[in-house]
Amino acid sequence: MTYTLWILITGCLVGLTCGITGSILVLRKMAMIADAISHTVLLGIVGAFFVTQSLNGLPMLIGAAVVGLLTAFFVETLHRSGVQSDAAIGVVFTSLFALGVVLIAFIGDQVHLDVQHALMGEIAFVPWNTLQIGGESYGPIAVWMLGGVLVLNTLFIAIFYKEIKISTFDPQYAILIGVPVVFIHYLLMAMVSLSTVASFDSVGAILVVAMLIVPGATAYLLTDKFFSVIWMSGAIGILSALIGYGAAVSFNVSIAGSMASATGLLFLLAFLFSPKHGLVFKRQRMTST
Amino acid sequence: MEAFLTSLSNANFQWVLVGSLLLGFASGVIGSFVLLKKQSLISDAMAHAALPGVCIMFLIFEVKNVPILLIGAAITSLLATQAIQFIINKSRIKTDAAIGVIISVFFGFGIVLLTYIQQNSSGSQAGLDSFIFGQAASLVKSDVQLISGGAFLLVVITVLLFKEFKLTLFDPQFAKGIGLPVSFLNGLMLFLVVAIVVIGIQMVGVILIAALLITPPLAARYWTENLGIMAILAGIFGAISGVSGAVISTTVVGLPTGPVIVLSASLIFFISLLFGTKNGFLQRRVRGV
Amino acid sequence: MQAINVTNLTVSYDRNPVLENVSFTIPNGSITGIIGPNGAGKSTLIKSILRLIPSNSGEVEVYGKPYGQQKQLIGYVPQRSEVDWDFPTNALDVVLMGRYRHIGMFKRAGKAEVAWAKECLKKVGMQDYAQRQISQLSGGQQQRVFLARALAQDAMVYFMDEPFSGVDAATERAIIELMKKWKQEGKTVIVVHHDLQTAEDYFDHILLLNKQTIDFGETKKVFTLENLEKAYGGKIAFLQRTPSTAKEPTAHGSLSYQPE
Repeated sequence: MTYTLWILITGCLVGLTCGITGSILVLRKMAMIADAISHTVLLGIVGAFFVTQSLNGLPMLIGAAVVGLLTAFFVETLHRSGVQSDAAIGVVFTSLFALGVVLIAFIGDQVHLDVQHALMGEIAFVPWNTLQIGGESYGPIAVWMLGGVLVLNTLFIAIFYKEIKISTFDPQYAILIGVPVVFIHYLLMAMVSLSTVASFDSVGAILVVAMLIVPGATAYLLTDKFFSVIWMSGAIGILSALIGYGAAVSFNVSIAGSMASATGLLFLLAFLFSPKHGLVFKRQRMTST
Repeated sequence: MEAFLTSLSNANFQWVLVGSLLLGFASGVIGSFVLLKKQSLISDAMAHAALPGVCIMFLIFEVKNVPILLIGAAITSLLATQAIQFIINKSRIKTDAAIGVIISVFFGFGIVLLTYIQQNSSGSQAGLDSFIFGQAASLVKSDVQLISGGAFLLVVITVLLFKEFKLTLFDPQFAKGIGLPVSFLNGLMLFLVVAIVVIGIQMVGVILIAALLITPPLAARYWTENLGIMAILAGIFGAISGVSGAVISTTVVGLPTGPVIVLSASLIFFISLLFGTKNGFLQRRVRGV
Repeated sequence: MQAINVTNLTVSYDRNPVLENVSFTIPNGSITGIIGPNGAGKSTLIKSILRLIPSNSGEVEVYGKPYGQQKQLIGYVPQRSEVDWDFPTNALDVVLMGRYRHIGMFKRAGKAEVAWAKECLKKVGMQDYAQRQISQLSGGQQQRVFLARALAQDAMVYFMDEPFSGVDAATERAIIELMKKWKQEGKTVIVVHHDLQTAEDYFDHILLLNKQTIDFGETKKVFTLENLEKAYGGKIAFLQRTPSTAKEPTAHGSLSYQPE
């Protein structure tokens, strides 16, 4: 029982952490940067391994944050030098991701890290990998990491709430009234990187991308308030994790893939039936007027 | 080195070389159109969306018949582009988030199907994973013939209709005015992209095939401002990447082909970025921009 | 007292000059229109003054001190098309953004700030729309929300980028009234404007721009056939101009700019 519970907690934490962080990126029209970063942190993890020769939590987090910020920086620099932004994203993330995958092939024998793991994670092993202090077990490491990143992200959003809001809505005006727009940008990039790497081990890159983008897009169809988009996105992330887990167990399929599909299902429902912006009600309004 | 020379004399390997060369060339040429249409990331979505198509066809026909699987891939790829367009047109979701939603949900669902196949079907399913990252070494002669023949055909179509495509891209209104079938040509361009993605996934994999469309044209852009020369140069860059990727990954055991091909392309891009005669980094420095 | 002093401002995109050595001095308490043909660099000019885009060279002084030290005196009404009106927020919230500098980092808006923002909405006749989602406002109403935000800023010098484009008559009047009120309070207003027909009525000073300063000064002095031909490259057709037709917004007007 506790085994299942830990897996559910992990899934929900991924949904919540990625959901709230990703929703802001969706509003900033940077969903594909989130996609890029969640691929490239693999290189950060491999890089951390080369430096420390182990796959420990903290160096991994640092490596991922560094590569995540570098990704955002490279994309920005290329874009500024005249490359269209989507092509810039494409070339940067495929390059860094390919480098990560190739490096893994060299170290794959030494550690428990392979490409399949990076893509799909191994949430089923999460409950066994516990935090040990003085012989005592304090619950899964993944849950601690995710919890930590969740607290950090929530704090950042709470502290810089209005700065994030204005630099998202009207960045030029934000610059004019003295909001540190560049700092906020890279802060968000760091939040995405941290969320990704904390989730990576348990659910892999696919689910991270799904949880970063889809709940935010879904919430955006459901509400017209900035704050509601953020919290609803977290709630939708949790709901997707629960539905996805249920489906994965009943059909005996990949838990991460199933949770990603669940985000898609909820998106489809909102796309069709959202009272404010759903296709069905929009059409009804059109025919009634 | 010895291993390399032995494999060179291997007939199957020679086929792989021809296939990777033609595939690289065709994707570079077609990628030039994708870049100008600003659809780099949409092509990434098409590539990811090929996975569920492959799996669905396998589930229906229960054989690993490559042409049938690839037809499935083409169907879901097309479905993904239509879905992205539909989301953008019918809701407030913007392009980047729409692409992100489709990429992650289609791919997540593909993983669900892949694990379902692994759990439930007997025997011959092995090898479907190679659609994720590509594996040149596992290609059989008929696969490579399909890749080579397909790529060759796509290049021929592109060459024959080059000036029509060019005008349609540059000024669709004018193209329509002089009587070109603009919507047919646009449809044909979409077909070319889907086709190159589909025939390329066995060698490069769905995750990184888009890089072969994005990176070589972007690199070529640093050497010329003429679309014709750019397409040819992109083709040559793509061909070099394809061949070096195939050679390296077959020689060094355990290296997946796709990431190595992409890294080769990235290296060419990086060199072009630095030394390119059109807006390259050094040249900008010299000019003092 | 000089409100704004711009010296030798040069801006270029990838070696193509957009603005070349633009210099002018705007007196305090004036309403200045920046006028010029498409591509003359009008929006670029105010954006580079406000440091929203980088300039190659040049200096900007506000009330005799460098721009960097006087930022808190500057108000800005961007073009409506520059933001995404689907953003999930309401009108009141947008107006409150004008108070963010006063509220300061980390802190949330207090009751006094909210009351102030509501007051500003009222001043532009939008008090009934405070809770309305911004995408559900008309173009003119959105423009008025931006005006209220600028009001909330309580600045000394206001920059407005094409405020009159695509708005209804009521909003147009609201903008003109606001400009006059600001002028009475001794504030300075600088407006990017593309419509030659109304320019003479709206502004007391005009900066005629086409990559370089063609002329700057009081409207009567600047608004001459010779200057306009210089700015628009001789593509101006002057018809008989009489005061009565000038006031008539529906008539084709006395002065028309005919693009090729």
